[in-house]
Amino acid sequence: MECLATFDTTHMALLFEKACRGAGLSARIIPVPRELSASCGLACSYPCESEEAVIRICHEKRVETSGFHHI
Amino acid sequence: MPARSHYLNNAATTWPKPECVAKAMAAFLEGRGANLARGSASRRDLGTLDMVTTCRMKIAALFGGPDADPRNVTFTANVTEALNIVLKGFLKPGMRAATSSMEHNAVMRPLRRLEGEGVSLAVMPCTREGTLEPDTLARELKKGLDLVVLSHASNVCGTVQDLDRLAPLCAAAGVFLVLDTAQTGGVLPIDATGWNLAACCFTGHKGLLGPQGTGGILWRDDFASVCRPLIEGGTGSFSHEEVQPSVLPDKFEAGTPNLPGLAGLLASLDWLGETGIDTIRKREDELGRKLLFGLRDIPGITLYGIGTMENRLPVFALNFDGVDNGRAALELADRWGIETRPGLHCAPVAHRTLGSFPQGALRISPGFFNTEEEIELCLEAVSTLSRENPHS
Ligand SMILES: Cc1ncc(COP(=O)(O)O)c(C=O)c1O
Repeated sequence: MECLATFDTTHMALLFEKACRGAGLSARIIPVPRELSASCGLACSYPCESEEAVIRICHEKRVETSGFHHI
Repeated sequence: MPARSHYLNNAATTWPKPECVAKAMAAFLEGRGANLARGSASRRDLGTLDMVTTCRMKIAALFGGPDADPRNVTFTANVTEALNIVLKGFLKPGMRAATSSMEHNAVMRPLRRLEGEGVSLAVMPCTREGTLEPDTLARELKKGLDLVVLSHASNVCGTVQDLDRLAPLCAAAGVFLVLDTAQTGGVLPIDATGWNLAACCFTGHKGLLGPQGTGGILWRDDFASVCRPLIEGGTGSFSHEEVQPSVLPDKFEAGTPNLPGLAGLLASLDWLGETGIDTIRKREDELGRKLLFGLRDIPGITLYGIGTMENRLPVFALNFDGVDNGRAALELADRWGIETRPGLHCAPVAHRTLGSFPQGALRISPGFFNTEEEIELCLEAVSTLSRENPHS
């Protein structure tokens, strides 16, 4: 399983990646897989086991996602 | 022709730029070069996204402080485009707008067009020194307004408006305030958050020391959401939809942006951060003071605007008794290599206010990189021209 966050803007995708990496979590921006909403065209992977931490970091850093997906 | 030139036309565009600016632009074109959000998420693509995002963050922090949201930064080609987006995106027939009698045509021409389409417009008179008195604004606000647009400082004579007193009046009346910071960005502290600006419009090529072709807007959320974009098109986002996205920053940024320009702007913002705008302001103030005090002692010239260094930028407008200012500019360039700008400076209403319409004035505007020697040379040249002039 892969965990991916999606965003309305590429701006937020980049902030998400930075925020995760800043917290020591691995994250990588990739093109949005077709099965997810195209939204901004970029998605960012994150470690599935750290999803709670990721959500908290987003809240703290004012990073807005349009969804968290498990594919 | 003199061997060396002395650039004293920084109000038109600053020159030289810090060395890092051209280097960053060349590095972008030669080495990185990917489009924004229109690729495969390769390192090259993400490098461009990172560059533009960092540039947004620096602009948001510079104009809005640490709490400003970088998403609310829209990049444009210059402040003229920024002002057009804001004014034409918001004002509709039946609305009422006010501006000052010291504006650049970047404000006045869009407003006059909108006036022709049914927006009502009040041009608030400034003092002969170019200052908008808070009472004048308060009177206009009482009549009911939808929007106020002001330039922070005059590009003709350097007079700075007192936003600490003007902005709270708009805020108290609940009226959107738009600021043209073309002359003050990178030189004076600007507090878009504290002043509650609906839109803070900037240009990259003057005090920000970046390349031409860059500028933008820092929006307040509620104002951005009621403005309609001037252009629509590809944003690299929501590509499944045929309507423009309503989220920032994409809403107002259709089309490939000026990426080499933004690379240069980011480099100049870094340079500004390292140098400090206080240092820049202090240096420009010293050069301005020397020039102003020297000019005040030269007989046969008329100086416009504020006669001291209080509430002003180092932008000076003058006329010689009996010599056309265009002729004077040519003489300064041909004989001393001094570059200035004569005429109306795209601001006829400002010249009317200052009493220099229709002849305009000779504008001398030193910048951070000028030297004391250049100011002395300029004073000597102005003094020589004035002495040679049979009418004075
Ligand atoms: C006060 C003011 N507004 C607007 C402008 C227009 O700037 P730009 O040509 O960068 O759009 C200028 C510069 O000429 C200016 O000084």
